[in-house]
Amino acid sequence: MKHHSDSKAAALKAAFPHTIPVMLGYIFLGTAFGILLGSKGYSFVWAIVMSFGIYAGSMQFVSIGILTSPFDLASAVLLTLSVNARHIFYGLSMIEKFKKMGRMKPYMIFSLTDETYSLLCSVEAPEGVDERRFYFFISLMNQFYWVLGSAIGGIAGSVFQFDSTGIDFAMTALFVVIFVEQWEKNKNHLPAMTGVISGIVCILIFGKGKFIIPAMLVIFLILSFFRRYMEDSAGKKNPAGADKKTEGHHGSYND
Amino acid sequence: MVLTTTESMIIILAIAMGTFLTRLIPFILFPANKKTPEFVDYLGSVLPFAVMGMLVVYCLKGMDFLDYPYGIAEAAAVLFVVAIHKWKHNTLLSIGGGTVLYMFLVQAVFK
Repeated sequence: MKHHSDSKAAALKAAFPHTIPVMLGYIFLGTAFGILLGSKGYSFVWAIVMSFGIYAGSMQFVSIGILTSPFDLASAVLLTLSVNARHIFYGLSMIEKFKKMGRMKPYMIFSLTDETYSLLCSVEAPEGVDERRFYFFISLMNQFYWVLGSAIGGIAGSVFQFDSTGIDFAMTALFVVIFVEQWEKNKNHLPAMTGVISGIVCILIFGKGKFIIPAMLVIFLILSFFRRYMEDSAGKKNPAGADKKTEGHHGSYND
Repeated sequence: MVLTTTESMIIILAIAMGTFLTRLIPFILFPANKKTPEFVDYLGSVLPFAVMGMLVVYCLKGMDFLDYPYGIAEAAAVLFVVAIHKWKHNTLLSIGGGTVLYMFLVQAVFK
């Protein structure tokens, strides 16, 4: 491609607005992580290294617990696999989308967090913008916010005191917004309802700490067995953009 | 620090590799050069809707309906986000407004 820098700048400019909600959430949550890790005697360098190399919000909070317990590699690995098992289901929705990502693909896979997944599911590159770079910049900027937040938290630590209680609601609000957008976009609400109801039922059965994996399995089974009720009757088979074959859609989730 | 620097580095490396593995598995099972099974395509198209519903539930799992304040702050903030988003469709307004409202409720109203 001849116009490397032009095309890059255009993709970056198109991608940035979509990442603003994640920016807010990640900087706050990353800061909280950095502060917490710092309070256990690990300097901000550790927070940056972990946010750079692990890059998984909930797992990094769990890691603090592991780092403050006696050395046990096996249970650290086991805990990692179980906390992050939901990622396997995310990847399934991205197989088609990532096929065309070329040398950016390994990074796209590495950086597939809950929030990045939710953005990649719901946004489409505007007309004339390089789709691959557009997705790549979304992923890259999201990790940048997360690392930045961790650094801020690690460095600032106890210097600034302000009551941030409840600030993590930004993440909840982001998911609610995407849920509303998807609800309006997809005429068939059964898949969305399946997720909500499976989640609630599994919390009641398995408790708040262990419901994710059972809930994902229940969702998987219901979606598999009741397929004919799940597909969009309007003939839009790929409403989430999971298997987008045409390019240049102008839709986006915050227009 | 409970662990030594070396022990800490080993643990972090293991967690990083384990995390990447969970993200990599689907792409190993269904490589790009092969046609993805049609069933996997179908799953990929409906899973985002279900997962997002489950993630909303996941975020709200801390709600406690039995004790004061009975999850009122969460419920109010979520309803606010849904309503204002349906009305304005402005992501930043919905998320910013909802977060400010929630912080105000938990810090000043339901202490």
